[in-house]
Amino acid sequence: MLDSAISIFTAGRNMARLGEGLWITLKISLSSVGLSVLLGIPAGLLMSSKSRFWRAVLRFYLEFIRIMPILVLLFLLYYSLSSVFNINLPATFVSILVFTLWGTAEMADLVRGAVTSLPKHQWESGRALGLKETQLNLYVIVPQAVRRLLPGVINLTTRMIKTTPFVFFINIPDLVKVAQQIVEVAGLRNNLASVWVYGFIFLIYFAICYPISLYSNYLEKAWQT
Amino acid sequence: MLDFGFMARCVPLFVKAAELTVKLAFWGIVMSTVLGLICALIRYWKIPVLQRLIGVYIELARNTPLMIQLFFLYYGLPRLGLLLEGTTCAIAGLTFLGGAYMAEAFRGGLNAVGRSQIEVGMSIGLKPSQILRHVVLPQALAVSLPVLTATAIFLIKETSVFSIVALPDLMYVAKDLLKEGHSTESNILLVLSYLVIILPVSLIFGWLERRVRFAGFGY
Repeated sequence: MLDSAISIFTAGRNMARLGEGLWITLKISLSSVGLSVLLGIPAGLLMSSKSRFWRAVLRFYLEFIRIMPILVLLFLLYYSLSSVFNINLPATFVSILVFTLWGTAEMADLVRGAVTSLPKHQWESGRALGLKETQLNLYVIVPQAVRRLLPGVINLTTRMIKTTPFVFFINIPDLVKVAQQIVEVAGLRNNLASVWVYGFIFLIYFAICYPISLYSNYLEKAWQT
Repeated sequence: MLDFGFMARCVPLFVKAAELTVKLAFWGIVMSTVLGLICALIRYWKIPVLQRLIGVYIELARNTPLMIQLFFLYYGLPRLGLLLEGTTCAIAGLTFLGGAYMAEAFRGGLNAVGRSQIEVGMSIGLKPSQILRHVVLPQALAVSLPVLTATAIFLIKETSVFSIVALPDLMYVAKDLLKEGHSTESNILLVLSYLVIILPVSLIFGWLERRVRFAGFGY
C-alpha cells in the first residue's frame, strides 16, 4: 500500500511541481499579509482617530468585507473588473489584491482594537512628562500597541494561508491545483492517488499553520499583562 | 449598461442556489455547535484519552483549509470504501471545521465561569448534571456568544467553496453563468444573494449579543 504512495510522489516531476505550487501559495499569502499590515496600520489609526468621516467610511468598508465571502470578492474582481473597465489583470495580481483588501480590513480592526484598548493615562502621563507627540507615539504608544497587535497579526497570517486555496477557482497553479492535476493523471492507474495526494497537502498546510498558531498562542500568553 | 432582462431571468437560479446554501449552512452550523459543545465539555471535564484525541482534532481542523478537507472527504474517502454524496460531504466537512472552532468558543465561556459558582451549586445540593444545566452552561453561553456568532458567520461564508464537491450552490451558479458573458450582472446577483443571507443573520446576532451582554454576571 505504501509503495502506491511512493510511486505517485516519485513519478515524473510531481514532487517538484508540488513544491512550485507551495511556493505560489506562500508567495501570494505572504505578500498579501505584508501589504495588509502596511495598509492596515494607517487605516486602523484613522479608524481610531477623531474624524467621523473616516471612521464611517472605514466602518462601512470593514463591514462589507467582513460580510462577503472572500471567494465572492475574488470572482467579483477577477471576472467583473475585466469586463467593466476593459482591463485584463493577471490572476495572481487579482488574488493578492483581493486578499490584501480583506487583510487590510482585518488588520485595521486589530490596530483599532490595540490602540483603543490602551488606557488613556498612557497619553496623559506622556504629555505630563513633556514628551512631544512624535516621542509619545514612538516610545509609549507604538511599543505597547505592537505587543497587543502581534498575536493577531500572526493569526492573520495563518488565516491568509488557509484562504489561498481559493485561487484554485481562478486557475492559479497553487498547491491545490497542482494536487488536483496530479490526482487526475495518477488516479487513472493508482486507485489511492486521491487519498495520498490530498492527505499529503492536508499535512503540508497543517505543518505550516500549526507552528505559527502555536507561536501566536505563546506570545498571547507571554505578553498577557 | 447592465442587462436587466438577463438579471431577471437569472434570479430564480440564484434563489434556488441560495436555498441550498442556506440549507447546508444551517445544518453545518447546527452540527458544528453540537459537536463543539460535546468536545468542549469533554475537555472541560478532562476525560482522559478522549480529551487528548479532541485536542488533536481541534488543531488539525483549525490549521487546515476547508477546501482541502472537502477534497479529502469527497475524492479520497470513496477510494477507501466510504462513499459520501455531495450534500453529506459538504455538511460533514463544514462540521469537521466548525466543530473545532465552536469547541474553542465554548471553552472560553466554560473557563470564564467562576469556580465559586460550581461550589455554591454543590453546596445547595444540586447534582452535577443540574449544575451544568442551570449554573455553568447559561453563564458560559453568555460569555461565548460573541465568538459563537462570529464563528457561525464565518461558517456561512465558508460554504462558498461547496461547488468543488459538485453542489449547485451560489458560487456554482455564478461560475456557470460566466459562460454567457454577463459576468457583471451575475456577480451583482451573487453579491446581493450573499448580502440577503448574511446581513440579517449578522444583525440578529448583533441584537442577541446586546441582549445577553448583561447576563454574564457571576464572574
